[in-house]
Amino acid sequence: MNLAAARERLAQVPDPEIPAVTLMDLGIVRELRETDTGVEVVLTPTYSGCPATELIADDVRAALAGFGDVTVTLQRAPAWSTDWISPAGRDKLQRYGIVPPQCQVGDGSGQAIRVVPKLRCPRCDGGKTEQLSRFGSTACKSTWRCIECGEPFEYFKPI
Amino acid sequence: MDATATYVLPYVLRLADTCLIHSQRLSEWCGHAPVLEEDLALSNIALDLLGQARALLTYAGQLEGVGRDEDQLAFLREERDYRNLVLVELPNAAASPSDGAGGRDFALTTLRNAALSIWLELLYERLQASTDAEIAAIAAKSLKEVRYHRQHSSDWVVRLGDGTAESHGRMQAALALLWPYFNELFAAEGVAGVGPAWKELEPEWRARWAALMQEASLTLPRDSAMQPRGIDGIHSEHLGHLLATMQYLQRAYPGGVW
Repeated sequence: MNLAAARERLAQVPDPEIPAVTLMDLGIVRELRETDTGVEVVLTPTYSGCPATELIADDVRAALAGFGDVTVTLQRAPAWSTDWISPAGRDKLQRYGIVPPQCQVGDGSGQAIRVVPKLRCPRCDGGKTEQLSRFGSTACKSTWRCIECGEPFEYFKPI
Repeated sequence: MDATATYVLPYVLRLADTCLIHSQRLSEWCGHAPVLEEDLALSNIALDLLGQARALLTYAGQLEGVGRDEDQLAFLREERDYRNLVLVELPNAAASPSDGAGGRDFALTTLRNAALSIWLELLYERLQASTDAEIAAIAAKSLKEVRYHRQHSSDWVVRLGDGTAESHGRMQAALALLWPYFNELFAAEGVAGVGPAWKELEPEWRARWAALMQEASLTLPRDSAMQPRGIDGIHSEHLGHLLATMQYLQRAYPGGVW
């Protein structure tokens, strides 16, 4: 069994809802380990109701075809946090037009999310922006508008 | 079922069913909210709650130990087996569907969302420390989500309560209608170490609610002696109709999957 090859393959799997980033970038993949008959991948879902959770498990199974039996285990604790998004993942989100989380969530006291951040527009870099809604096209994002260029954009909420 | 599960199962079911039925009511707004952003928000909140319900129902099925999964619990139980708060099964409007608004009142939905999200936040904060590892894990995850729900719905309560004469009047009317049903938020027994008696949440909930009402220029109605008992399976006439819609597919096509 070549675990490094499996890891390389796994690192290619994009997030089905934000294909600009991979599952690894988002920090959803907690572990990859060898089993007696294949590999086991431990995933942590982002939001309880994320409709992509099942699709992600299917994508992982498909990507690791050829590495024996693929077991996908969902692990809820510790709960996923945007603190786990990698620096590369943050860059990719920004270039894709989604502003990455602007603060660390840390201890989970909820302090971090009480403040509405001041965001720069990911398209024109303008500093005059406003939040339109705390929710967006998916549970993990809020909806914003740039007052300078008039374009809408999304913000990846810290959680 | 061992002795502990006998007590933990109803505790989990009360929360699971409350999340599930609350989610189902919210999803009725999909495609009908006053503005597009709110349509997305209500649908996303409904989705979070559905996810929480799924995790809790799956666990309830394990505690029950007779092989029922989340789908069987959600789609094949009868009305009297449901343990949700009566508050969440009430329709989205007090008026009949023939009032032209399709049976949906945004004021009532907003107020109910705020009351429940404050309550869920307090409950999940406590359940994070549960001696039951599965409940603790579900609570820690769900807490992050309901904080956003609480912020969002509280903003709307203030905006509408402190808004125009029309919006203020609608919010005050919604408050009068829902107020007696809030009593059930504090009705369930606790399970030592596993989860608090809901009564323990009452002082903090009331303090937060009073502060929100003050900010929203809304007047608290007089306390009611009404004691709804959805948590014991005693429901209003509305739950059966909701289940008829929600369970239709599984009843008509048993075992159907996506």
